[in-house]
Amino acid sequence: MTQTFAFTVNGRQVSVALDNEETPLLAVLRNELGLMGTRFGCGLEQCGCCMVLIDGQPEKCCAKPVWAVAGKSVTTIEGLGNAERPHPLQQAFIDEQAGQCGYCLSGIIVSAKALLDRNPQPSRAEIAEALDGNICRCGSHNRILRAVEKAAAAMKAGVST
Amino acid sequence: MNAPSQIPLPGPLADNPNFDRWLDFSSPGHVTVLTGRVEFGQGVLTAMAQLAADELDIDPSRITVVGGDTALTPNEGYTAGSWSMQAGGVALRQACADARLLFTAQAAAVLNCKADALAVSDGKFLRNGAATGLDYWTLAAAIDLTVTATGAGKRKPVSALKNIGTSMARLDLPGKVFGASAFIHDMTMPGMVHARVVRQPNKSARIGAIDEAAIKRAAKGRIDFVRTGDFLAILGDDETAVDLAAAASGQHVKWQHVELPVAAQQEAAWLLQRPAIDKVIGEPEPADPQGRERFEATYTRGYLAHASISPSCGLALYQDGRLTVWTHCQGVFPLRGALARTLKLDAASITVHHVQGSGCYGHNGADDAAADAAIIAMQKPGTPIRVRWGREEEFVYEPKTPSMVVKVRALVGADGKPSDWTAEIWSATHNGRPGSGNNLLGAYALPEFPPDPPPHDVPEAGGGGGTRNATPLYDIAQTRIIHHLVPETPIRVSSFRGLGAMPNVFALESAIDELAERAGRDPLAYRLSIASNPRVRGVLEKVGAMAKWQAGAPPGTGIGRGIAFAQYKNKAGYAAVVVELEVEEEIRLRHVWCAADAGLVVNPDGTLNQIEGGIIQSASWVMKEQVRFDGEAQNCGIASYDWETYPVLKFSEIPPIDIELINTKDETPLGVGELTAGPTAAAIGNALSHALGTRIRDLPLTRERIMAALLK
Repeated sequence: MTQTFAFTVNGRQVSVALDNEETPLLAVLRNELGLMGTRFGCGLEQCGCCMVLIDGQPEKCCAKPVWAVAGKSVTTIEGLGNAERPHPLQQAFIDEQAGQCGYCLSGIIVSAKALLDRNPQPSRAEIAEALDGNICRCGSHNRILRAVEKAAAAMKAGVST
Repeated sequence: MNAPSQIPLPGPLADNPNFDRWLDFSSPGHVTVLTGRVEFGQGVLTAMAQLAADELDIDPSRITVVGGDTALTPNEGYTAGSWSMQAGGVALRQACADARLLFTAQAAAVLNCKADALAVSDGKFLRNGAATGLDYWTLAAAIDLTVTATGAGKRKPVSALKNIGTSMARLDLPGKVFGASAFIHDMTMPGMVHARVVRQPNKSARIGAIDEAAIKRAAKGRIDFVRTGDFLAILGDDETAVDLAAAASGQHVKWQHVELPVAAQQEAAWLLQRPAIDKVIGEPEPADPQGRERFEATYTRGYLAHASISPSCGLALYQDGRLTVWTHCQGVFPLRGALARTLKLDAASITVHHVQGSGCYGHNGADDAAADAAIIAMQKPGTPIRVRWGREEEFVYEPKTPSMVVKVRALVGADGKPSDWTAEIWSATHNGRPGSGNNLLGAYALPEFPPDPPPHDVPEAGGGGGTRNATPLYDIAQTRIIHHLVPETPIRVSSFRGLGAMPNVFALESAIDELAERAGRDPLAYRLSIASNPRVRGVLEKVGAMAKWQAGAPPGTGIGRGIAFAQYKNKAGYAAVVVELEVEEEIRLRHVWCAADAGLVVNPDGTLNQIEGGIIQSASWVMKEQVRFDGEAQNCGIASYDWETYPVLKFSEIPPIDIELINTKDETPLGVGELTAGPTAAAIGNALSHALGTRIRDLPLTRERIMAALLK
């Protein structure tokens, strides 16, 4: 039986009609809404490739049923910024060339955004701990840590978010 | 009379000598550079743009690079072995140098002047510094790019390079940072159908019974089945329904003739009792030590998984007698050949396009996912098929890197130095790639499939597989390798970053440390005392200075330092690594230093990124990783099937890493992608031995092994 689910994505009200209310949010973002920036990594809530903000909190969405976000506000990597108006984190990741394959980066940048929202001046150890739920297999960790530090400094200095 | 002398072309250019396989000037003001190499996060396409910009004298912003496409690019086999710059890059430079020569001759003919009066500036031809109105694009119409390269174009000397040697930003990174559709997983096509394969537990397994109704109920949405022989796939428009059906198929599809790997087969020592194909490389081992002392030690390494962050994905469309395949594999041409063999098609009727996937460190599931899509597409003409493996499917079915046993035997003189060295190696093949005649995974389920090729490994000329890096580069009068190639293994094995180099360098550089200990010498000073090769000395001395290496630090304090060296394949880049760590029950890395000599560096930042990634991945292998078996049906006997059962190094476990490149203005680039796999592993092992005051010779260096060593 088709059901309709309404929620907000990147500030935009959306409504999707689905036969299966257990459809994961990730599948809805990618297949129904065409937002490909949130990646599928495991489907097991283990790797962090699918990290999004739900009402401001970082959550893995590969196994989260869409009914659980009805009426809530979802922010994906596409909602942070774009090439014309990059979020300071996105700019810092480019400046530091913080990535290799880049498949993990959407989730990592979203996790870092959640960290900086609650702790604008984290230590390197705090950044690392906040990213322990995100796996990077290529070994770009130190560049990523530097990029988050750089973004935090830029945001403190008043670069707009 | 002398025949005109032929100038030898760099390998990939000799294989693909026509200009139009490398360069396209058809769009005014723009050059499309074609390379057989593919991007998987190593920055290769950016580096190729830098190479072409310098040799063509154009701004890199005018260049688009296309990698790995059977319809367009040169056939360079696999993007593997750290050959991209050393071979593919040199070939591209030569193609560009030859093209510039060809265009310059044409410009000279048009202008009725001598070619050496002309220069190129951002694609425009200048005569004695003045504009001529000619550029590559105005000349292109009169130039036939189907002709072959001559090798006569002179590649620029290092002193004239402008882009090569600079840290140009990665072309592909911004899209990934902004969440663009950057990966094959993000591709969609009109009418595309999602598919999952109900995998054979092993290649001899046959379907006994299928409860289709139960699978359809579990899907909670519309699905269909495609079956040919024992190849069974689930298809549907709704990816979630297909996923649910695939998950339920484990219960509702019964297999016969199932054989699964069991725990007793998971350790490398299992190899010692297996039938093997034996080969000695070098002179026989001397029976009489002639007064020298014997040293012998055995080192092992278990099976590893590539564990690419994304599960494999492939798309295929069979239409009007043509098969088109999209894949993130490392070799589109070898895959095309394997698909032709498997599907009984003419290779000319198959096109394979590379599309980026996640980081890829060898032969993972990418080829097989593409083959899955192709097999299904043949059954569904006109429908684009997208297969995306599940996480557990990737861990269970990706080809693993084989376990290895390495026994080192050395004869040591009164001076404490080795003068005879044997590396005796047991390993399965490191080449299960489809391009070497091996079957794609899905083939074994088809009604008919090609025979498996005879047992083989990567030839020595290609750097060897199990034997890779087994020969020391130190001053040792006699060395040899005894290679036992074990043809039958309980799981499928193939190429993974560095092939045998990691276990072999771990063994060799651990053994060198053990000899230094026996001689009462400092490990760095001991290495330098047996290293006359200046490039070996160069990286060792450099890393010693970087780490402020001091002899005489007491062992067994819980804090240790270790050093190790290798030249990858004994023919690519050189690296020396120092590791400082502390250990209680587990290892905590405190700092890593690396000095690398990769010759001419095309993109210093990209090179550092590759080297550091190699260090971190190798640290993860030796501290955490081993694929374990349990014989349980649920995951086909593989006990390491997700990120909890196959953990890798986390952010909070990564140490600061300092890397310095030396000799970067050499004329020749040397590959770096796999450079640090071996030295990092051995430096961690040596540092742990120093910290504990006792040595662990089996990888990974787990808490259990550390506790056992402490209790000894």
